[in-house]
Amino acid sequence: MSQLRNEVRQSPRAMSGLLQDRRRVPGFQWRSGLQRAHMDGFLILGILTLLLFSSVVLYSSGGEDVGLLLRQGVRMAIAITVMIILAQIHPDRFKDVAFWIYAVGLLMLIAVLLFGTIGKGAQRWLDLGFFRFQPSEIMKLAVPLVVAVYLADRPLPPSFVRMFFALVMIAVPALLIAKQPDLGTALLIASSGLIVVFLSGVSWRLIMSFLALAAAAAPVLWYLMHDYQRRRVMTLFNPESDPLGAGYHIIQSKIAIGSGGLQGRGWLQGTQSHLEFLPERSTDFIFAVIAEEFGLIGLTLLITVYLLITARGLYIAAQAQLSYMKLLAGSIAITFLVYVFVNVGMVTGLLPVVGVPLPLISYGGTSMVTLLAGFGILMSIHTHRRMMSP
Amino acid sequence: MIDPRHRLKDHFRESRLVSNRLIFAGLLSLVLFGIIIFRLVMLQIVEFEHFDSLSNRNRVDIEPLPPQRGLIYDRNGVLLAENIPTFSLELIPEKVQNLDETIAELAELLSLTAEDIDAFNERRIRHRAFEEIVVRNQLTQREVALFSVNRHRFPGVDVVGRLIRHYPQGPLFAHAVGYVGRINQQETQVIDRQNYKGTLQIGKTGVEKQYEDLLHGTVGYRQVETNVQGRTVRELFSEPATAGQDLYLHLDINLQQAAAEALGDYNGSVVVLDTKNGGVLALVSKPDYNPNSFVNGISVKEYAELRDSIDQPLFNRALRGHYPPGSTFKPFVALAGLELNVVTQQSRTYCPGFYSLPGNTHRYRCWKRVGHGHVDLKSAMAESCDVYFYDLAHAIGIDRLHGFLDLFGFGHQTGVDIPGESKGLSPSREWKRNQRNQAWYPGETLISGIGQGFNQMTPIQLAHATATLGMMGTVYTPQLVRATKTDNDEGMQLLGVQQADSLPIQKSSHWQSVIESMVEVVHGKRGTARHIGTDLPFQFAGKTGTAQVFGIAQDAKYDAELLAKKLHDHALFVAFAPAVDPEIAIAVVVENGGSGSATAAPIARKLIDVYFGIETDEPVTQ
Repeated sequence: MSQLRNEVRQSPRAMSGLLQDRRRVPGFQWRSGLQRAHMDGFLILGILTLLLFSSVVLYSSGGEDVGLLLRQGVRMAIAITVMIILAQIHPDRFKDVAFWIYAVGLLMLIAVLLFGTIGKGAQRWLDLGFFRFQPSEIMKLAVPLVVAVYLADRPLPPSFVRMFFALVMIAVPALLIAKQPDLGTALLIASSGLIVVFLSGVSWRLIMSFLALAAAAAPVLWYLMHDYQRRRVMTLFNPESDPLGAGYHIIQSKIAIGSGGLQGRGWLQGTQSHLEFLPERSTDFIFAVIAEEFGLIGLTLLITVYLLITARGLYIAAQAQLSYMKLLAGSIAITFLVYVFVNVGMVTGLLPVVGVPLPLISYGGTSMVTLLAGFGILMSIHTHRRMMSP
Repeated sequence: MIDPRHRLKDHFRESRLVSNRLIFAGLLSLVLFGIIIFRLVMLQIVEFEHFDSLSNRNRVDIEPLPPQRGLIYDRNGVLLAENIPTFSLELIPEKVQNLDETIAELAELLSLTAEDIDAFNERRIRHRAFEEIVVRNQLTQREVALFSVNRHRFPGVDVVGRLIRHYPQGPLFAHAVGYVGRINQQETQVIDRQNYKGTLQIGKTGVEKQYEDLLHGTVGYRQVETNVQGRTVRELFSEPATAGQDLYLHLDINLQQAAAEALGDYNGSVVVLDTKNGGVLALVSKPDYNPNSFVNGISVKEYAELRDSIDQPLFNRALRGHYPPGSTFKPFVALAGLELNVVTQQSRTYCPGFYSLPGNTHRYRCWKRVGHGHVDLKSAMAESCDVYFYDLAHAIGIDRLHGFLDLFGFGHQTGVDIPGESKGLSPSREWKRNQRNQAWYPGETLISGIGQGFNQMTPIQLAHATATLGMMGTVYTPQLVRATKTDNDEGMQLLGVQQADSLPIQKSSHWQSVIESMVEVVHGKRGTARHIGTDLPFQFAGKTGTAQVFGIAQDAKYDAELLAKKLHDHALFVAFAPAVDPEIAIAVVVENGGSGSATAAPIARKLIDVYFGIETDEPVTQ
């Protein structure tokens, strides 16, 4: 064992976290208190900043409706509770149950297709009598978890066969969700899994050939898409073609963003949202409300917070002790940013309208619970590391 | 247990590998967010002004383009309703420097009345500062010219042209074609508001109301970019309105005119139907009114005059006037008698000048005090012997009589295609019990037999029943509109004729007997209308009627002379011509006209002359 310890000491880069001198870290006492609670102060600060800002924006976008704020407050409390609980669980427990969660998630996805509840034209919900939920939300965490555990089970980079099976593990739930149809979520889940595969170190040659294959498959995908999805893509490239129909969202959203200017019109002063020109202003298009009322300065600050949270997530991943932890943490952190990118890209007219909420800002509880659950796992990975040290 | 050496070696390599990938992902994220920030800078800084102005107006306004209302023609292609340009003086308050001064100057220039100014001030409250407000409607050519010369003095004031409904025939078709007026509160609840954006007027009565959907057309749109004040900057896109369909009526202006003239100063109604298809060739109700008064909103005073007139010019007598049919009822009673095997054509009755029910001494008088002696169907009809029909009605009984008359639509709407038709009243035992809570008396059957008593018919019902009689049971629903025509060059679309089931009369000889007896009225030696049966290339069938008026609502405050006139009998006449294979059926009702023979019959003859193009040397008189 002492030899092992020596080996570890000789690998300062890999084990730096393990051997970190706590006394050099500023605010050590406070951090250590949080650490005992398995919380990460940096992440908590970022998350609370976003949630507070969310309340401020929702008050404006929801037409100064306090009831709406209270409802969202309850959801926030639930989501934070979930995060705190998950943070207490040792990462190895996630590893142990990874395949089971994945299997149960798959079964529920199939159940949704067979007897799910239909809402807004898509079959996404599973009604369990006492509550309804979207099994696809479970998959948002189950897919990166199971792929990370599976790939890290053998030395990285994975063999071609392993990678192939990993891709199958990603593709099956993604296709099931795409069939609901919920293309946005399917793509996000696929990307969270692919990020794990990418982080696991598959060769660049393989990645490039995969991208080439994807480019070739695009026409096939186009053929498989629903009409409304095709229309969305088409109007993305030419929103003016259908100003009163599908292009309306993008046109109004661009007007809202553009008219915000550098400083914005000020809180509660956005005309696009308050005069109801902007659709879905509390949910998918809330970024446009922020743009209109807080301007480029507000947006830059918001994006900075997102980037800082992600950076912290990447740091946690880099510091993680075991490979599956690194892969999982990295995927959670990057997927979080992908959410932001997809939503902002959609609202600014760079990407098709796929219906992805702005993380931790948009009204609604489902995605928030999942996101904070992810952060709970991140914190678990980060705060249980020392318990492992001898 | 993992081999520690192996694990450690892998761990280091893996850690480096994954960390490199994490760094790469982080950098890629930064690049992607660089793109986002670049996009935001483009939208919010570079194109700020563009989007800011778009947001400030936001506004792509959608202006309605109201459709042109369909025109209405008579059967000869004479215009009955058209759209004419009218000029109104409009003002945009925001553009006017000093509103009071401007109005004062305009008042002087165009001699605006105090009422005009009050109305303007009222409208001004309801409009926003950048909207046009009408100062005065219907400027004359002279006023337009006068204003145009002085326009430079009035920034923000302008003359605006619009199309409004106009009825070139004035009052002549008021009760048939009807009129349009401003859309009121109730109507806004019913109409398709989308389609009526920009439309100011809607059909209120007659054909204008009934065929509103066809006449109105479909609204068009103009998508315009507007500036901060909401004023149009430029047109982006427009979809033209689809004009309403033109209507071609069965009405014949010549007949209509002749009927209106023939009625003269009498109140009353004339309805002429085309027996071959139910087409309404003339529909006159006197007195009438000028529909043009309603188009731009009738003045309170003018409306009060029309409303309060004792002659009730706004009342459509042809459709809603309840008249006792009097002796014009007799042909139908006769047909009932034949059909129910109560009498034959040869059956004779003795008329001593009165009729008494068995076991009762009350005398029901014939109009001819000395009596007609022995009469059969033909002579009873020709001389309008009441006793014959008292006897016949008594023998039929009210139940069977009512049931039979039901076939001819007595007590039912004819279904004519203009709104507001009344059902009339065909009394029955059941009706009396329900409405009056009284038993039916045998004597009431008698007076029903001569079209008096409770019987009430509208002129269009009379004409409709007469047409059915002339056509021996073929029933056509009266219809004013003959054809429609859309804006494109597809030509006229004939409206379907509505033919009901033929009446179930067993023997055609029954029809012939009744028709022959009606021919006798006009052409027989002793016929009550023999004076109108001369100088004709064909025979026609008719029946006079003189209805007693007691029971008509009277207002005590009118003077005695007027009262006396109001108590005069109504004169009625029904006819179809020619008697064999008729082309037209006529019903004439002249209120307080005295006798049907003297007043109503000549009117019918005149219409026959006009319709068949018969030249008569002298006006027909008795």
